Amino acid sequence: MKASAPRCAPNDGVIAAATVALGDMLVDAVDAVNEVTVIVDRDRLVEAMIALRDDPMLQYQQLMEVAGVDYPERAERFEVVYHLLSVTKNHRLRVKVMTDEVKPVPSVTGIWPVAGWLEREVYDMYGVLFSGNRDLRRILTDYGFRGHPQRKDFPLSGFVELRYSEEAKRVVYEPVELAQDFRTFDFMSPWEGAKYVLPGDEKAGAEPEAKGAPSPVTADQVKKADEAKVKAEAEEPKTTESPAQTGAGQPHPGNKPEEKPDDADVVPPKDGGQNQ
Amino acid sequence: MADYIEELLEEHGPGTPGDVEIQNYTINFGPQHPAAHGVLRLVMELDGEIIERIDPHIGLLHRGTEKLIEYKTYAQALPYMDRLDYCSPLCMEHSFVLAVEKLLDLEVPLRAQYLRVFFAELTRISNHMLNLGSHVMDVGAMTPNLWMFEIREDCMNFFERVSGARMHSNYFRVGGVHQDAPLKLLTDIADWLDTRLPRLFGDAVSLVAENRIFKQRNVDIAVVSREDALKWGFSGPMIRGAGIPWDIRKSQPYDVYDRMEFDIPVGTKGDCYDRFMVRVEEVYQSARIMKQCLAQMPEGPTMTTDRKVGPPKRGEMKHSMEALIHHFKLYTEGYHVPAGEVYVATESPKGEFGIYMVSDGSNKPYRCKIRPTAFSHLQAMDFMSKGHMLADTTAILGAMDIVFGECDR
Repeated sequence: MKASAPRCAPNDGVIAAATVALGDMLVDAVDAVNEVTVIVDRDRLVEAMIALRDDPMLQYQQLMEVAGVDYPERAERFEVVYHLLSVTKNHRLRVKVMTDEVKPVPSVTGIWPVAGWLEREVYDMYGVLFSGNRDLRRILTDYGFRGHPQRKDFPLSGFVELRYSEEAKRVVYEPVELAQDFRTFDFMSPWEGAKYVLPGDEKAGAEPEAKGAPSPVTADQVKKADEAKVKAEAEEPKTTESPAQTGAGQPHPGNKPEEKPDDADVVPPKDGGQNQ
Repeated sequence: MADYIEELLEEHGPGTPGDVEIQNYTINFGPQHPAAHGVLRLVMELDGEIIERIDPHIGLLHRGTEKLIEYKTYAQALPYMDRLDYCSPLCMEHSFVLAVEKLLDLEVPLRAQYLRVFFAELTRISNHMLNLGSHVMDVGAMTPNLWMFEIREDCMNFFERVSGARMHSNYFRVGGVHQDAPLKLLTDIADWLDTRLPRLFGDAVSLVAENRIFKQRNVDIAVVSREDALKWGFSGPMIRGAGIPWDIRKSQPYDVYDRMEFDIPVGTKGDCYDRFMVRVEEVYQSARIMKQCLAQMPEGPTMTTDRKVGPPKRGEMKHSMEALIHHFKLYTEGYHVPAGEVYVATESPKGEFGIYMVSDGSNKPYRCKIRPTAFSHLQAMDFMSKGHMLADTTAILGAMDIVFGECDR
């Protein structure tokens, strides 16, 4: 570890101790970026937390944080992440459970009363339900707010904005109106695996054609094409032998009044044109 | 006469004749109240002047910082940290840069680590000046607050001289600090630490520390036991005030805190007075750390030389094409952080300030959860004030050190 981030006690043996303490409540245990994460069975979360707190090898006395994370592509889209701290073992542990919009997560307020507000925040931001939390109200958003703002499908600007209305003599809510759309710039590189079609690439897919340069024609085909060209030239010699062939006196195509465009500056290109 | 008393007793039931039945009543404290230290609404249920129950309503300063950060590159997200706890901006940045550096596994030059610790401690002094000053003002003293604001003003000037901004410095960067501190500034701070700070601060504290009125307002108010402090997720001066010697700078040292010698003050009773005195002692310990930083700080670069993270110098860009490309890429696209998740907590002046960062490998954080210190402390307001008088609320709030920019995010 080169970074100078906080250095707590080493992770050696923590996963082994957690495996013993949790038994079949443990779904998975990972040691990544120098931090230990255990994923536990959602329905038995409280039992697992008590085991983590009371096991003499682990002793995670403090619940520091409950965070929600939204992965909309997953079947159970929400992760509820608990960060535990042991002040005696000087170690941190991350405990995760997965859930969705309807399946409630058992509340840990019975073990750590601090979880009350932390769970309220996850409920407010993600709509995750906690069974056993007696005070599951919104906490950070406005009174009467609708929606769960930290979900990935909730727009950054939100849906309503508020202002003080002089006529109504109170604060009124109105749908958001932005003078300029929020701009997101995409920095995915086509060399590093961008998954979408780049502008111009859609032409390549129009007719079935092999990638790379077009396949070369055979020498025989070239010979035939050249012969046909020569024959055509021989039949119609490019010469001006009579006054009728000069084009004199004939109206220039496109020069008639009815063919002229209404706006002289905008020339309608024929058959679509290159720029269309 | 006897008949009359019997008559009264029949009318009123048991109790002393002439009693009036009193109902609990509910009052609204805030959202705009000078002692609320920001926008806090407390719905209080009172029995006479005794607090029965407190329901804090927070979120009046919620600005959606976490959501905004998900739409910004890592470098663009950093200034949001200053605006969380606007009384100790650099300590907020500290957690953020350490979290990103941990994901990147990036080594930071030694001088930058010293500068970060140095200015984080200056931030701690500046924060405690505000908190101690407003705490004594909340319980009725005026002068110490004015003197402590003098010190805070000095701190602000030092921040301005090193970063260009008095409050929202944006000085710590992923990979180091933005600029090296000039030698004159460091010597000025050294002089200030030796002369002005101990004189002014010592004077201000001497007015209140042994003051009879101040003690009457704080001693034995809102006593928190060790068990409660652990259960309620306390950290920082709150957990130390309750008697648990827990300091992340000591137990899980980051940057160069492991090279520093300092003591952790611990309270004995866990009341508001202990929390106040813990902060007073922390100011002296911070000054001690800063002096050690000045003595030990080596010369050298203050930003990582990894050009994929740290921007090149202006002069370098004038003659190196590669530097120009790096500069352009860093200030448009930013850097990509390897996928993974970290929880990095540092000892901010108010307690454990954590960043839970989830990266999906792109140039923006997938999720950046901020663990505010005030959230768990304010939640304990209910059980801490139960049975105390209404006037004690301000002392309890003052000793908690709450700033709403951070609490509501």
